[in-house]
Amino acid sequence: MNEPILQVRDLVKHFPVRVGVLFKRTIGHVKAVDGVSFDLRKGETLGIVGESGCGKSTLAQVLIRLEPPTGGTALFEGRDMFALRGNDLRRLRRDVQIVLQDPYTSLNPRMTVGDIIGEPFEIHPEVAPKGSREGKVRDLLDVVGLNPEHINRYPHQFSGGQRQRIGIARALALRPKVVICDEPVSALDVSIQAQVMNLLGELQRDLGLSYVFIAHDLSVVRHLSDRVAVMYLGKVVEIGTADEIYGQPSHPYTQALLSAVPVPDPALRGRREVIRLTGDVPSPVDPPSGCRFRTRCWKAQDVCAEEEPELITRVAGHPSACHFAEAHVVVGAERENS
Amino acid sequence: MSTVYDGERGEFVAEPAADTVPLLAVKDLRVEFRTNDGVAKVLNGVSYHVDAGETLAVLGESGSGKSVTAQTIMGILDMPPAVVLGGEVLFHGEDLLSAKPARRMQVRGEGIAMIFQDALSALNPVFTVGFQIAEQLRVRRGLSRAEARKGAIDLLDLVRIPHAKQRVRSYPHEFSGGMRQRAMIAMSLALDPELLIADEPTTALDVTVQAQIMDLLRDIQRERDMGLILITHDLGVVAEVADRIAVMYAGRIVEQADVYALFRGPAHPYTEALLQSLPRLDLKGQDLKAIKGLPPSLTRIPPGCPFHPRCPRAVDRCHQEVPDFHPLPGDRHSACHFAHEMLVSGYPGSNPDKHSRGLSRGDA
Ligand SMILES: Nc1ncnc2c1ncn2[C@@H]1O[C@H](COP(=O)(O)OP(=O)(O)OP(=O)(O)O)[C@@H](O)[C@H]1O
Ligand SMILES: Nc1ncnc2c1ncn2[C@@H]1O[C@H](COP(=O)(O)OP(=O)(O)OP(=O)(O)O)[C@@H](O)[C@H]1O
Ligand code: SF4
Ligand code: SF4
Ligand SMILES: [Mg+2]
Ligand SMILES: [Mg+2]
Repeated sequence: MNEPILQVRDLVKHFPVRVGVLFKRTIGHVKAVDGVSFDLRKGETLGIVGESGCGKSTLAQVLIRLEPPTGGTALFEGRDMFALRGNDLRRLRRDVQIVLQDPYTSLNPRMTVGDIIGEPFEIHPEVAPKGSREGKVRDLLDVVGLNPEHINRYPHQFSGGQRQRIGIARALALRPKVVICDEPVSALDVSIQAQVMNLLGELQRDLGLSYVFIAHDLSVVRHLSDRVAVMYLGKVVEIGTADEIYGQPSHPYTQALLSAVPVPDPALRGRREVIRLTGDVPSPVDPPSGCRFRTRCWKAQDVCAEEEPELITRVAGHPSACHFAEAHVVVGAERENS
Repeated sequence: MSTVYDGERGEFVAEPAADTVPLLAVKDLRVEFRTNDGVAKVLNGVSYHVDAGETLAVLGESGSGKSVTAQTIMGILDMPPAVVLGGEVLFHGEDLLSAKPARRMQVRGEGIAMIFQDALSALNPVFTVGFQIAEQLRVRRGLSRAEARKGAIDLLDLVRIPHAKQRVRSYPHEFSGGMRQRAMIAMSLALDPELLIADEPTTALDVTVQAQIMDLLRDIQRERDMGLILITHDLGVVAEVADRIAVMYAGRIVEQADVYALFRGPAHPYTEALLQSLPRLDLKGQDLKAIKGLPPSLTRIPPGCPFHPRCPRAVDRCHQEVPDFHPLPGDRHSACHFAHEMLVSGYPGSNPDKHSRGLSRGDA
């Protein structure tokens, strides 16, 4: 097993909720990320799944140092990344890159594709001296499967899938070690989604990248991830290898999430067990006491309201934050045989 | 009488006569948009039908014309820039495209209702959810204010919005995404329509909420024996709820079939490619079989079969000749020159040789 390149411990990010026009008062905090720990190993893909608002993008933004953390630590290649300054920080900004969800708005419409992909070189001229930049940009276009001749085109002249490739080329420009992909294929059609997913897989094999792959589509995550972390209301509730999470989920939320994914095979209709959750996700400003999932959990007991379950290994060989963790095969997620 | 190819018998047989008029039949619908950028041929002969109590899933990539078809059925197309060039929308056999505006109005809501792709933009932000539902009951059903309010509460209750009595006074922005979608469903059901068109009702929602909404739609449909046209690009959702599927590509239906038959063996290369390009929860693999290239621009649809630039089975003939929408056994249709062969040779997944055979034929 490879050594970790990124070690995240008890990471916290709270956003103040303010009221008042002139004199702003803080009346509470959105606990967007509330104590998240995981390791990312060299060359692996860690998938992060969870419902809208559970804190996935916030986590990504803290990890690229776009937002300062409220608490916790993260070691990048053994060094505290939040303490880095000066040249070390510049180096970190080269090594950790992000690919964003929305190919329609994440690119500046007034810049040519060449300028967009080459922009990181302006900030980090040491990577590519001026004369070599155009050649580098053409190479990058080629790597992500775009025509290098299109270097002078504008984003609106490309389709959604092509724009997502531009975003990927830009993220690769500085030869990063870690790429954080925040829903990179969610806005794309199935036929285009497959192209971009294949590209990400290929680049990882060729360039030895490590990915944090954020998505709400569990099938997409399964396809690309070595390990998977499941988030609920700012916390990781279960983490393990993709086979453990998909094959032996032990947290009730993971089980419900997996069982709710429609399986594209009508022959399984009515033969799958589907766990229906009731109610909505509680507000992250005022999360439930004890276990945050208890308001929607069918297994909740009194202890769940009093004691927060730790993320530790109780069953099935991987950590799960449930007092009553039990491995349970969600039929349909793991097909018997094909 | 037309004939169809019976794959099992290996011969052409007479097509069984349709004995009833479907609830809704769209026939050869052709619509274009005339804008400064040119003429976009958005619908190029769309035909499908749906019966009472039946769920027809309309599947297709972004821009393939799913919503425009629905808007044409509802009579809410933006005209101009849209121009209806031809076709029929037969509701109980009556052509709505040639019906008087008053008749169209009447059918809208009572006959056919629609849930829109984006619930937030379809609800009016300045009125409470309850008012918006009650207003329909007052205007269209002539109910008193108090009766209409009670009706609104009952409808919110029906779509399982908790504490409907209090929630009826909420504004749309006070609802979560899932609740807004449910409020939209409540509104569309107010006049007890015979047919509901749901345009991507769950695309913006989380899987757990999506499952709740799909359950709800199915229960209501069963209870009311309502016809349902479910527009989606999610093959998973289709596999779970549809009776029949119509697959759209570049403004045409390229395949239409019973859901089981289609997943067992697609009769069009586009459907086949879609099924193969899907990441699946239950199958883990290395590379996905991506469909190469992009959907065509509707201002420049390729000649011949519109799918030919991306089709692994394409041959010379496909570059020139537009394939007919061939009828196949079992009330299915496919717009591919090789539809019969595809059915006879079966699904490539079941026989490793098949796909390569399709490819080599393409090279020939
Ligand atoms: N800048 C901010 N100020 C205040 N609250 C914020 C801010 N950014 C995010 N939040 C809140 O933090 C929570 C987590 O948001 P985040 O965007 O991380 O979720 P997510 O898991 O990425 O969701 P999605 O799947 O919808 O993208 C949400 O409740 C969100 O409203
Ligand atoms: N008001 C309009 N003016 C001009 N073009 C339009 C208009 N409405 C739709 N179109 C065009 O018609 C084509 C079909 O659009 P439609 O909304 O039916 O696609 P769709 O299949 O519903 O896609 P999606 O999955 O993205 O909703 C698109 O190319 C779109 O750009
Ligand atoms: S700790 Fe209790 S409430 Fe939380 S998931 Fe486990 S059983 Fe459910
Ligand atoms: S007609 Fe030709 S190009 Fe079109 S789908 Fe069939 S094989 Fe492919
Ligand atoms: Mg996000
Ligand atoms: Mg649409």
